[in-house]
Amino acid sequence: MAYPYRHEKETRVLSEGFGDPAARTVAGWKKYGGYQGIARALEIGREATIEEVKRSGLRGRGGAGFPTGLKWSFMPKDTRRPHYLLCNADESEPGTFKDREIIRWTPHQLIEGCLVGSYAIGASHCYIYLRGEFFESTRVMARALEEAYEEGLVGKDIMGSGVDIDMTLHVGAGAYICGEETGMMNSLEGRRGEPRIKPPFPAAVGAFGMPTTINNVETLAATPHIARHGGEWYRQWGTDKSPGTKLFCVSGHVNKPGNYEFPLGFPLMELIEDVCGGMRDGNAPKAVIPGGSSVPIMSADDCRDCTLCYEGVEAAGSMLGCASVIVMDETADIVKQVRRMAYFYSHESCGQCTPCREGTTWATRILRRIEDGRGTEDDLDTLIEISEQMTGTTICVLSDSLAMPIISSIEKFRDDYLALIRRGERVGAA
Amino acid sequence: MPDNGRKADTVTLTIDGREVTVPKGTSLLHAAEGLGVEVPHYCYHPGLSAPAQCRICLVEVEGAPKLQPSCVTMAEDGQVVHTESPSAVRMRKGVLEFYLVNHPLDCPICDMSGECMLQDYVFEEGREKGRSREPKRVFGRDDFGGDVLFYGDRCVMCTRCVRFMDEVARDPRLTVVERGSRAVIDTFFEHGLEGASYAGNIVDICPVGALVSKDFLHKARAWDLDHTESICPGCSQGCNIELHTRDNLVQRLKPRENQEVNGHWMCDYGRANYEWMNHPGRLEEPEVGRGNDRRPADWQEALASLFQRLSDAGGAGVRIVGSPLASNEALAGLAALGGEVGSIEACVFRSPRAPDEDPLPGFPTLVRRRDLAPNVDGAGILGFERVGGDDAAGGLREVAGHDGIILVLGDELRDQSEDFGAAASLFVYLGTADSPAARNADFVLPVTTFAEEEGSFVNVLGRVQRFRQGLQAPGYARPAWLVLGALVGALRGDGTPASAADAFERMAEAHAAFAGLTWEAIGTSGTRLEAAHA
Repeated sequence: MAYPYRHEKETRVLSEGFGDPAARTVAGWKKYGGYQGIARALEIGREATIEEVKRSGLRGRGGAGFPTGLKWSFMPKDTRRPHYLLCNADESEPGTFKDREIIRWTPHQLIEGCLVGSYAIGASHCYIYLRGEFFESTRVMARALEEAYEEGLVGKDIMGSGVDIDMTLHVGAGAYICGEETGMMNSLEGRRGEPRIKPPFPAAVGAFGMPTTINNVETLAATPHIARHGGEWYRQWGTDKSPGTKLFCVSGHVNKPGNYEFPLGFPLMELIEDVCGGMRDGNAPKAVIPGGSSVPIMSADDCRDCTLCYEGVEAAGSMLGCASVIVMDETADIVKQVRRMAYFYSHESCGQCTPCREGTTWATRILRRIEDGRGTEDDLDTLIEISEQMTGTTICVLSDSLAMPIISSIEKFRDDYLALIRRGERVGAA
Repeated sequence: MPDNGRKADTVTLTIDGREVTVPKGTSLLHAAEGLGVEVPHYCYHPGLSAPAQCRICLVEVEGAPKLQPSCVTMAEDGQVVHTESPSAVRMRKGVLEFYLVNHPLDCPICDMSGECMLQDYVFEEGREKGRSREPKRVFGRDDFGGDVLFYGDRCVMCTRCVRFMDEVARDPRLTVVERGSRAVIDTFFEHGLEGASYAGNIVDICPVGALVSKDFLHKARAWDLDHTESICPGCSQGCNIELHTRDNLVQRLKPRENQEVNGHWMCDYGRANYEWMNHPGRLEEPEVGRGNDRRPADWQEALASLFQRLSDAGGAGVRIVGSPLASNEALAGLAALGGEVGSIEACVFRSPRAPDEDPLPGFPTLVRRRDLAPNVDGAGILGFERVGGDDAAGGLREVAGHDGIILVLGDELRDQSEDFGAAASLFVYLGTADSPAARNADFVLPVTTFAEEEGSFVNVLGRVQRFRQGLQAPGYARPAWLVLGALVGALRGDGTPASAADAFERMAEAHAAFAGLTWEAIGTSGTRLEAAHA
């Protein structure tokens, strides 16, 4: 089965095995160089593995872009208390579908990544927290994990090294907030999926009260390659501040949506117009959300010279996030899109913090009223103020994630809002 | 950090331009409190963990990128904190507006109105007019079982109630169900809080009117209630409480913080045990004469006549029945009177006992004790001996047929026959209600309940604790310490005690356990009787 879309410009490091069912087995994965990364890590030792990852400049692929090697080095050196690695496979950011592909095509790539991560931080147990709705991924992952245990790649004395690393697949119940690292730890422990206040940070007090590191699937999947080839090798791609390759999930009004792997710094317009085959029906682009729904919306103008790396997207006024590029053409109804996002966030808010619990719902109701033609211009000021009140005032950043699209859409697409408001006024007057 | 080998245990910081030194590990909220600066808060409660989720206690800390929750941010040396900076005030205004988006604003019919933290903070800092024009979500009312009623629409989701049941009662019967603005507090099972013996506390700690008491529902407005510092008479724990009264009736009891005794809490048994304080059918004027010769008298006449009889008693045997509901001052007066007129042959009291104790696991100092009376330990210290069964009956055979002097205070002799005291040369009955067994009393003297007088109790932990007067006594009822003190004073020739404090000082002179203590030193939160419990 051929993977849906491929493009000759791609640089495939993580996605090499996509589309090849054989890559789901240990034997098949070994043909792609599998399990050589963990072998090398075991050979060079813990500290050196962390050093290689530091040298590679790998940044967290879950959205925040925090340097992975640095994160690992926060774990206490003393391993008398159990350490845990928690793999965040609760991929649920709207527009994102990269982790799912890694898991369903190359589960051993993730298992190996988890081994490298666990080994580096001194964890003897790794939890893979998988999103509840990922039924196929769960099946594939469970089978792969079983095989890895049988082959002695996971469990006691892995690959004859004397190192024990157990792995547990934990399937969530399908809550967006459980993708937030501290919410995930609560959920894993059997509590309500509510983010915890920091400090204490997970590296000090994490899952089950023990030092814990939480890494995204794509981050962990990259580490065996880095362990195997070295940090310098990884730096051959990408920019100075954003080294390496990245999966871009492109969705929306393009002709060939899908997962494409490129070095960071790839031009956004080239991705849309060349790689993805241009806009649907030759329409003009209107807006792009470059990093999953939680980042500011970019207008077509903002996209023109934007390069897809952490600093490049930031310069264009948004954030790379998890590189989930949602493309909208001129027919798109921005207000409707933002209202739909607001509904998502209000539905997924855990309800702990007042600004998020009340603010996301209130914003949704206002947006729905505007969409129905019953809005006023004052509503836009209220929306912006609510959004400002939801920024930086809560335990986690869920409400910030809604504030960004609301504020940016009102700034950049105010006319869309005004058209709905004025149409409503005309209807009301008639 | 001073590094001179000495561990610094305090930190000095600046809050709103004023310097303050606090112990290490003090939260900014507490540090501000020490300066008299109240940082608004909902989810934080000193008796519970702090989840920092209401987000209204955020303050500006110089150097921090965002506003910091003052309830969980610990004070550090050199910190500069602003609770009234424009960003903090703006955030609070915002949070208050968020709270009102779905709040029904039904203050006119809400029991919490007048003591509601949402009302107070909105009044102080909220917007004059809310901007929400959207329909509000409606949860309605839910019976949580026990004495607790839940109005979901008023809830601010501080989760104090959930945390109280989890952490303090260790009886996790409440939880948050659903998420986002659909989140609501609920019980797990049908029976809800039914049978949970400390659940009434969640009504106290609810900062708004979401959790209200069925017993108190629509009974009184908060601003019409007088608050009187008192001691719970329910058991020998002696929880510090307030009597909330209106129209000379106790409307409800509320716990009063005392970390040595009850923390912020009290049990539901004690909380519900107040109706008797409002009970009619009280003795309202002194009466003299036995049986059919009984007739009302005024105090002047009754005391003069009683004084005469006591003076003439000439060393008769005295048998005394006291009560663990009576104050130390009254019991000491009773014993003193007995000693003054003759030789004390028996000095007893009876007290009901529950079959078991009921501890509060998260605050183990607080236990609903077996002794269901407030001054069992005080009675013991003052020389009274417990007789009778756990039902506070029996044990009075020696007294009932006594042919000398019988003094009864506060025991209604419910189990005794009309022949009680028939053989006595003098039978004095001091009580709050008449009793068939007091038929042979030569003097029936109306005294006040603890709610109608000042006094002190000694609790099971050996703490002497004062209570104040919350109600006006009915008719001519007088405090027992005054009646007894007047008689003793007359017999001794040293005058009548002028106040409960005076009566306490006289007691402290006579009883070593109280030696050296003064009324002022006991204060409103009590003090331990070291000598008595050494």
